[in-house]
Amino acid sequence: MEYVLLFVSAALVNNLVLNRFWGICPFIGVSKSFDAAYGMSAAVLFVMCVSSVVTWLINGLLLVPYGLGYLQTVVFILVIASLVQFVEMVTEKTSPELYAALGIFLPLITTNCAVFGVSLINIQQGLGFVKMLIFTFGSAIGFGLALVLFAGLRERLLFSDVPKAFKGAPVAFITAGILALAFMGFSGLTK
Amino acid sequence: MKLSSFTDCIIKNNAIFKQMLGLCPTLAVTTTLINGLGMGFATTFVLVCSNTVVSSVKRFIPAKVRIPAYIVIIASFVTVVDLFMNAYTHELHKVLGLFIPLIVVNCIVLGRAESFASKNGVLDSLLDGLGNGLGFTLALCVLASVREVLGSGSLLGFSITGGVVPPVILFVLPPGAFIALGFLMAGYNWLRRRTEV
Repeated sequence: MEYVLLFVSAALVNNLVLNRFWGICPFIGVSKSFDAAYGMSAAVLFVMCVSSVVTWLINGLLLVPYGLGYLQTVVFILVIASLVQFVEMVTEKTSPELYAALGIFLPLITTNCAVFGVSLINIQQGLGFVKMLIFTFGSAIGFGLALVLFAGLRERLLFSDVPKAFKGAPVAFITAGILALAFMGFSGLTK
Repeated sequence: MKLSSFTDCIIKNNAIFKQMLGLCPTLAVTTTLINGLGMGFATTFVLVCSNTVVSSVKRFIPAKVRIPAYIVIIASFVTVVDLFMNAYTHELHKVLGLFIPLIVVNCIVLGRAESFASKNGVLDSLLDGLGNGLGFTLALCVLASVREVLGSGSLLGFSITGGVVPPVILFVLPPGAFIALGFLMAGYNWLRRRTEV
């Protein structure tokens, strides 16, 4: 039950995008079409899980025992950047289909603050390994859910009559605000 | 660098309203003006330092590994800011929390390093960093003022509405951030269209 609550809290209540504001850039940038939104969500899910495990291990095995906690920022971002590069090379060699689907989104993930943010918050909350995995997975699912929902809304927005000054980004932000309002309804689910 | 291109960075090519870069900290920390100012100045410091250093070492960095190299430079300055703020402005540091280390992944910083500092001289890059940083700070302050006045009826902690008008709590909550930014962006677009015609 504890694990289920942790998952729900990460995915819905403290939704990465709509509550913590992490990963807004891809949220606004790649939500113009459904397919792109699916591709981005899958890429983030994959990279986030791998990088969380790696950074969690590095922090526990290297940084903390040797008192190097202040290097966290530098080490984590390097790990994520090289990991993204590595994942890109591996998928290109092993499964060209997956690479074709995720390819263009992978480099973008390096500067996606959601991945870096989740790695940091895992450490800050002092989660154990299993809980850390569940939290990361839930967060990534929450990111994907928000992104896909928003992409659907934006495809509709294209056909609606919007005042000139609001065209494009402004109306997208207001829509995101209303979506965030809807997600606030989940806040009663966990403590 | 001409003065006009410096001011262009601040208003005409504003990082947030025009280029839509660095939106995550923009939305997250602007619940009060003081948070917005703190975040703005921290980012400006990182931008100026990283632009200056990237531009002065650009000849020694091979093109293939330039992005990781820039990220390391940026991350070092972010660590400096993080430790400095923790020591001297502890309260602010606690409120901004994880968003200080997250300056590393702020697209503005890497974007300016890649698109400007890696191609231009040291002094120009310094000014470019300063201009973009100030533009970012300005946008943060506008958004933060709007949210603080509407959401808590005060500015910089001083009560403005005097409790006569009840505050709209929505504006300090996450949805209010999106909605306020949407309206401000629309206002910016409207003003630009009127001045350019």
